Amino acid sequence: MKFDTPAAQNPIDRLTVIGKATDRIDGPYKTTGTAPYAYDWHDPALKPAYGFVLGAGIAKGRIRSMDLSAAKAAPGVIAVVTAESAGQLGKGQYNTAPLLGGPEIAHYHQAVALVVAEGFEQARAAAALIKVDYDAAKGTFDLAAAKDSAKPAKIMKDPGDTAVGDFEAAYAKAPVRVEETYTTPDEAHAMMEPHASIASWEGDKVTLWTSNQMIDWSVGDVAKTLGMPKDKVRLISPFIGGGFGGKLFIRSDVILAALGAKAAGRPVKVALTRPLMFNNTVHRPATIQRIRIGANKDGTITAIGHESWSGNLPGGRPEAAVSQTRLLYAGANRMTATRLATLDLPEGNAMRAPGEAPGLMALEIAMDEVAERLGMDPVQLRMLNDTQVDPEKPDRPFSKRELIACLREGGERFSWSKRVATPGQVRDGRWRVGMGVAAAFRNNQLMTSGARIRLGPDGTVTVETDMTDIGTGTYTIIGQTAAEMMGVPLDKVTVRLGDSSFPVSSGSGGQWGANSSTSGVYAACMKLREAVVQKLGLPAADAVFADGEVRSGGKSVKLAQAASAGEIVVEDAIEFEGLAKKYQQSTFGAHFVEVGVDAATAEIRVRRMLAVCAAGRILNPKSARSQVIGAMTMGVGAALMEELAVDKTRGFFVNHDLAGYEVPVHADIPHQEVVFLDEVDPISSPMKAKGVGELGICGVGAAIANAVYNATGIRVRDYPITLDKLLERMPDAA
Amino acid sequence: MKAFTYEKPASPAEAASAAARMPDAKFIAGGTNLLDLMKLQIETPAHLVDVNGLGLDTIAATQEGGLRIGALVRNTDLAADARVRTDYGVLSRALVSGASGQLRNKATTAGNLLQRTRCPYFYDTAQPCNKRQPGSGCAAIGGVSRQLGVIGTSEACIATYPGDMAVAMRVLDATVETVDAEGAARKIPVAEFHRLPGDTPQIETALKPGELITAVTLPKPVGGTQVYRKVRDRASYAFALVSVAAIVQRDGSARVAFGGMAPRPWRVEAAEAELAKGAKPAAERIFAGAKPTHDNAFKLKLAERTLDAVLTEARG
Repeated sequence: MKFDTPAAQNPIDRLTVIGKATDRIDGPYKTTGTAPYAYDWHDPALKPAYGFVLGAGIAKGRIRSMDLSAAKAAPGVIAVVTAESAGQLGKGQYNTAPLLGGPEIAHYHQAVALVVAEGFEQARAAAALIKVDYDAAKGTFDLAAAKDSAKPAKIMKDPGDTAVGDFEAAYAKAPVRVEETYTTPDEAHAMMEPHASIASWEGDKVTLWTSNQMIDWSVGDVAKTLGMPKDKVRLISPFIGGGFGGKLFIRSDVILAALGAKAAGRPVKVALTRPLMFNNTVHRPATIQRIRIGANKDGTITAIGHESWSGNLPGGRPEAAVSQTRLLYAGANRMTATRLATLDLPEGNAMRAPGEAPGLMALEIAMDEVAERLGMDPVQLRMLNDTQVDPEKPDRPFSKRELIACLREGGERFSWSKRVATPGQVRDGRWRVGMGVAAAFRNNQLMTSGARIRLGPDGTVTVETDMTDIGTGTYTIIGQTAAEMMGVPLDKVTVRLGDSSFPVSSGSGGQWGANSSTSGVYAACMKLREAVVQKLGLPAADAVFADGEVRSGGKSVKLAQAASAGEIVVEDAIEFEGLAKKYQQSTFGAHFVEVGVDAATAEIRVRRMLAVCAAGRILNPKSARSQVIGAMTMGVGAALMEELAVDKTRGFFVNHDLAGYEVPVHADIPHQEVVFLDEVDPISSPMKAKGVGELGICGVGAAIANAVYNATGIRVRDYPITLDKLLERMPDAA
Repeated sequence: MKAFTYEKPASPAEAASAAARMPDAKFIAGGTNLLDLMKLQIETPAHLVDVNGLGLDTIAATQEGGLRIGALVRNTDLAADARVRTDYGVLSRALVSGASGQLRNKATTAGNLLQRTRCPYFYDTAQPCNKRQPGSGCAAIGGVSRQLGVIGTSEACIATYPGDMAVAMRVLDATVETVDAEGAARKIPVAEFHRLPGDTPQIETALKPGELITAVTLPKPVGGTQVYRKVRDRASYAFALVSVAAIVQRDGSARVAFGGMAPRPWRVEAAEAELAKGAKPAAERIFAGAKPTHDNAFKLKLAERTLDAVLTEARG
């Protein structure tokens, strides 16, 4: 099904199942421990051996030699895989550094060997016996030092630099100006489930149980890396314990499990240990961002400029931190620029809302600074500079843009009017208290997505698609979609996901999954509805599917009857065409935060948070709320504690475990409230929905930073905002 | 994890004797620190002596009016003990500020005293570390050192002792009781229990090989207002940037010890007279001669401000 004109009234609009707060249909499996995650795939027939990955002990250089003799002789060891023994390997389209290093080492903890043994402990003990003789080379590890060597870089297929009007002239003339530099650190996805895979060969075919967000991309990259045809690779990933972008692409566990299983002649399971994950896999790259905003005295922005520097391994991509600045606020004169330096740190890549998450952390502090300079309320400033068209291409309207409504609704609910604009005025016992606001913005990306639907003789509906549920609630919204479309209750729908033998879906990433994959199910269901009415000999035009029946032309027939002679199977995909060019499609929100800053120690604790979101139709308010709450929590981490600490001489992230890399714990998270505005967007898809899973993190960090400023009068522009950055400037406690 | 042998002796003297007899032996109690270190190949004992069957898990009054805490009393139980909560509030507060509920349920009094540093380079076997591999060098000096020590450190090691419980015990003048392989008992003041690194940072305590901690005794209660204040980047489940254990009396006299600053709980008795004058002069004296790094110089300011807040709180 091609989607090239705005959606008209359709069966989803009945909203009997869609739009209702619904418990996760996969919840009971997860709460009873019966959902098989990759490493838990306990098929006794597999009899897997265990692989343990050894990571490189240097950041850059070469392996001179490896002594494997002690490891090979260790108890239980079956095989040792190295680059030398693995032979020529390809590199996946989506990978920057090879997943198995040697003799060249591209980054710290790049895999250099896999030890396969009968038991996990045996493999781990043997891996410690491998002696690697390295020839370390000098590398570049400091973004600030490498900044001047950075080169222009594109943002995926889009230009890295844009310019409209005459930014420099307009900025120079602006009566009110802010020019500041902001930095965000490298961050880790730190998802609960580590990267893990089990590989099993049958002749020249390999089956991989893994934890992956994008099945089809990853089948392709496994095939490319191992030099085999795509149809000989099967990937199975039904349950994923969090990904946040860290599992968009294959990592060393998949390839080493496959190579290990081949070498051992039996299935092998491999999980990355937590200390390996931080340097072996990918992270959100650090940024240095320079923002210049010029405004008239009435608050109208006349010039807005955003430049961003980031680093990556050779061949890597930049962090697209300027993206939202092209679209969020009006202003006749504008520029953005993207610069990329070569660094020898581990590979930088996508993490929840790549681009917008770090970009808004900077831009939305800058807006607070403009508001202060103008003596204007920061909510008012954002409303004043709203735009209903793409400011770089004014003939492209937004499909829906309710930023003003989000700000207004949020302001009322949060009692924003009680905020004292002059910083450092509010005290509650030992706490200095402040409030902050920021806009949330994230684009609505659309991806082709397919599904197969089966109608059984008992009237049950089964959906099969290689779509993934990374903890977001995909199982449930896909089930809700099929139930709504076919007029059956949710418990009559079975949803099967994450298997490359199913039709190719959008996968999960970039908050495109919910809208795209349910639209694919919608397309397949439309086809099934046609097949059903044809089978039943009913007129198609006015067919209504409801209560397990099909009603048409005054007749009412059980849906199951259509399949009485045998299961009906159909397949279709949604293909988005044209509308994304004509309309800018984005999601919007407003974050309000109150923080307390300890008057003596400068410890920062969040007191309450509110997000108001306008993101199209909300398919399942319950799981959508969880998504936004999770994203807000991740935003607290980014604002206050998360930082991969770079050793700038040794070239690696030093705090490579969850004791050193702190993410928020329950005690850090106070009262959180999420409000969804009633919005439907017929230009986005037949579901009239958009993404919401990343919107929630966008802007949170800046809202916290602005609240810290309001509490203390201290402006910190380098994340994370830790107490040491406040301490020198904190007023006396008393 | 290296393969190891294991035994579970029946008495403290047997345990000490077993540990002295076997080379590379380690005692294991709660295992909350040792097992992690073994999995990471940082600790590689050849033999584990499991002390969990030795009793040593009661808290009893002493003849001197204090408390004798068995080496195997779990952190949760110690923190919840009514006598501890009433008379040694600083200890109870320090305990509950550490780790998580699950870990405190397993962790023991003796094990907590012996927990090892959280220096990130100690935790990475590909990096030089004089504590983990004597003579290999110190990657933390000149590396990432925000969490590390500002005083009592050496050219060989700038790691901190990471615990909370021992900081409170330091301010309470606790005594560590041990038994050695010959069955001989001795008492070590907690002040002398943790060693400064000097050029042998791998030697962290006054214990001899095989010597087993049997108890920690607390002297008669000293009263006063007892405060434990732990400062950290997140609200829970994090090691201290700085912590302060304080006992402040009505007459204004006070004793304080600091965590997160040094290779051992940091207390300077000679400076405590300054506490009457305020946090600043006291902190200057307590941390005289500190050698912070660029990353952790803020700890001195933080310690002073935290001390000030603690004194203000205690003096009402």
